[in-house]
Amino acid sequence: MATRRFFLKNSALALYGVGTAPLWMQRAVLAAEPRRNKVLVAIFQRGAMDGLNAVIPFGESNYAALRPNIGIAAPKNGAQDAAIDLDGFFGLHPALAPLKPIYDAKQLAIIHAVGSPDPTRSHFDAQDYMESGTPGRKATSDGWLNRALEPRKNSSPVRAVSLGTSLARTLRGPNDAVALRDVESFQIHESEGAGTFESMYENTVDRVLNGAGRETFEAVKLMESIRKEPYSPANGAQYPNNALGQSLLQIARLIKSGVGLEVAFADMGGWDTHANEPAQLQNLLGQFSAALAAFHCDLGDRMQDVCVVTMSEFGRTAKENGARGTDHGHANVMFAFGAGVKGGKLYGDWPGLQPEQLYQGRDLAMTTDFRDVLGELVTRHLGGASIAKVFPGYAGAKYRGLISA
Amino acid sequence: MKQKLTVALGVVAVAAGIFAATDDAAFRKALPQDQKILHALNRLTFGPRPGDVEAVQRMGLDKWIDEQLHPERLTENPELAGYLAPLTTLQLTATEAAEKYQPRVAQVAQALKGPDRQLAQQQAKQQAKQQAKQQAKQQGKQNGPQVLIRELNEAKLYRAVYSERQLEEQLADFWFNHFNVFAGKGADRVLVTSYERDAIRPHVLGKFRDILGATAAHPAMLFYLDNWQNVSPDAAQQQGALLDRLGRRNPERQAKLKAKQQGRGLNENYARELLELHTLGVDNGYTQKDIIEVARCFTGWTILQPRQGGEFTYNDRMHDKGEKTVLGVKIPAGGGRGDGERVLDILARRPETAHFLSLKLAQRFVSDDPPAALVDRMAKKFLDSDGDIRVVMAAMVGSSEFFAEGAWRAKVKTPLELVVSSARATSAQIRNAAPLAQQIAELGQPLYRKVEPTGYSSAASEWVNSAALLARMNFALALASNQLPGTRVTSNGLNSDPVAMTRRFLFREPAAQTMATLEKALAAQEREGKQRTPELVAGLVLGSPDFQRR
Repeated sequence: MATRRFFLKNSALALYGVGTAPLWMQRAVLAAEPRRNKVLVAIFQRGAMDGLNAVIPFGESNYAALRPNIGIAAPKNGAQDAAIDLDGFFGLHPALAPLKPIYDAKQLAIIHAVGSPDPTRSHFDAQDYMESGTPGRKATSDGWLNRALEPRKNSSPVRAVSLGTSLARTLRGPNDAVALRDVESFQIHESEGAGTFESMYENTVDRVLNGAGRETFEAVKLMESIRKEPYSPANGAQYPNNALGQSLLQIARLIKSGVGLEVAFADMGGWDTHANEPAQLQNLLGQFSAALAAFHCDLGDRMQDVCVVTMSEFGRTAKENGARGTDHGHANVMFAFGAGVKGGKLYGDWPGLQPEQLYQGRDLAMTTDFRDVLGELVTRHLGGASIAKVFPGYAGAKYRGLISA
Repeated sequence: MKQKLTVALGVVAVAAGIFAATDDAAFRKALPQDQKILHALNRLTFGPRPGDVEAVQRMGLDKWIDEQLHPERLTENPELAGYLAPLTTLQLTATEAAEKYQPRVAQVAQALKGPDRQLAQQQAKQQAKQQAKQQAKQQGKQNGPQVLIRELNEAKLYRAVYSERQLEEQLADFWFNHFNVFAGKGADRVLVTSYERDAIRPHVLGKFRDILGATAAHPAMLFYLDNWQNVSPDAAQQQGALLDRLGRRNPERQAKLKAKQQGRGLNENYARELLELHTLGVDNGYTQKDIIEVARCFTGWTILQPRQGGEFTYNDRMHDKGEKTVLGVKIPAGGGRGDGERVLDILARRPETAHFLSLKLAQRFVSDDPPAALVDRMAKKFLDSDGDIRVVMAAMVGSSEFFAEGAWRAKVKTPLELVVSSARATSAQIRNAAPLAQQIAELGQPLYRKVEPTGYSSAASEWVNSAALLARMNFALALASNQLPGTRVTSNGLNSDPVAMTRRFLFREPAAQTMATLEKALAAQEREGKQRTPELVAGLVLGSPDFQRR
């Protein structure tokens, strides 16, 4: 009984009273061992982040030569615009300073020279391949994060949430996933209609719409219960007022309300820095790191259960172009953080930036397949589906040891 | 899953075995006479308007169907022209569209040659962006290529709502979706207007070979599936040799060109989707080797300056001149552009193609799992008529399965169908269709913006999920209470009696059970002091489970 009370106290169920709780939650209380489930949050940086200026290989002799106008200086004591030293060879862009404490706490892992084996430099194709999880194959209709869910393992109506107005490609597929702009707006806007719609869908003989209708109103009620308590981030966390920050705030709110969220997806655009990159990247990375750091701070101890991973469709040219920017390239950087992540270090083999080491003579070469990173997080952190199911056709995955096995 | 199986197997006899058990009985039972007209209107149009059922009754159902199959004989609604006239971009050629809506980039970049070109392009891009922004601020409106997409959206909605040629509009949507291109990919922003107008719409009830050929050679498709960069490996090698000679004199320029050239060679994207999505169906009677051979045949089908809305061109220097074998058919060396045409000839006449297309049409117009016997008969008509779409459609609509219990309300409306059928049922006056298009996007079907070449599925499983249902209910309430800008539903004829409202929007007698539920819920609301307004009741009916089906 003690465990049940614990569960009640720690979930939105407490806000209902048992009799009126949604069906799935009653089922959960009666059937399941109460537990805080693992959560995987995937963040997509659309437009191709310049990984070589986000995590700078200042120890690489050719770096400064390739980027005489936009390169970030090697770490210097007291210099504001220099890289923040990580390990004597790599450094963080100064705008990523908010991530440094997470790295120092050994919860942030950085994977460099990671990407997709597909050679495309089209945003459209590369995003599509990364979201479907099947590089080179366009006809895949579902996304890797949906396939990562074990069918029927968790009956929460908000098990999989895609932040934004439409369901992201990454989360499409056979398992139910909800597109959600925010907890506030997920409701029938004219309250007069809500109850009537609910009973119409509950009573319809249309089996398909009856099932989906029930789920919908369960999710609506769940959001309503969450809304009853105004949300204030914990530990003094301050989410930046940008799209990613607000998305992460919604995700944190769902996680902390204990409603069964298992996977979430959010994205951030604007990374296509062909010209005048320094100012743009400063701004973008600043927004990005502020959002991630706020999320980490807000979740506090709950980071035990949560892992956040970031990705971008491809990297950018090693050499700067004539417009103080960079063009479409190949390999990039991924970040992964959470209390279960073996952080505080860089992962991946460094391919070097000498002309003969560059991919097609121009880009950072790929030494880690993005599916190795995501696959490890799905199988070892989330405890989700097998890698063969999440990344069909991908044989020979090589885990980097990001998660304590 | 079932759907995928059917497509994958393709072999008709096997597929028939799988589905026979479940659906055949319902497809053998004919619909009562009085439901047939409503059923036909629900399937062949974007939803009935008040008076439509009676009009078809007067004319006779067979005659009405025959008219819909021959849209050229129908007098078009004169109002439609008025709606379309202000949408001037619909008339632009791709080149005009590019010049007008991607102005500076095109001009400046074109004028420049030499090593500074890249820099100049970047600067031009920035400059153009800033100029566009400033102008937009001054004029308070968009002036980039997004204008083209907005006008395409509006035109599609005006036609779907107001055109008398409803089946033609249904099929224009079907075939665009079948040969999907994504309007957000680079040059496609300025190419899609011409693609829909010139490659799709003229052929929707014509010969399949014609629409296949028109899409294959349209720059929008060539760009979308990368065939414009599909180069014979031999040609790429020859260029490489040239570059090596150049390298001795100008190493820097050589390195640059080489980098650009790398990755050039055979590009299989179009070939694969042509077989998998446009003709045979996935894994249906072809091998990876066939894909490569098809790709070789299409080398050299390219575009002149794609970002300027360039025209199709055949470039013989890019073409693979060797002999090819496609699906066992030898295509002799030296066929030039004709190689690709030969491939399309072969594909358009394959039984797998006939079956795949018949199945897809039946899935859209009959049921998510149509009876195999019907699909077989449609496929036979397809082959007998040399791929005449009108003949195949006539066979489908003339079948007993089309008017069977198994088909009655078997389809869940797509977001497009839901929004348009709501507008038609309520006789909504649309002054500006853009907000309606926005609604369709929010329901999950942004028009012209399906990224994948698969197009949108018409199956219920694609559209029934909690966020989407919630959005549908909110749309219904907003539409009925006139909260959507640009669209007005007059309160004339609305009333707060749910029975009357159901009759009005569903064009049939409501189910007793639904009415009991609705009455009870409304009464409960009233006890809580919430008002039962005509707008609310209308919105509830439009958002009801019943209205989600057609």
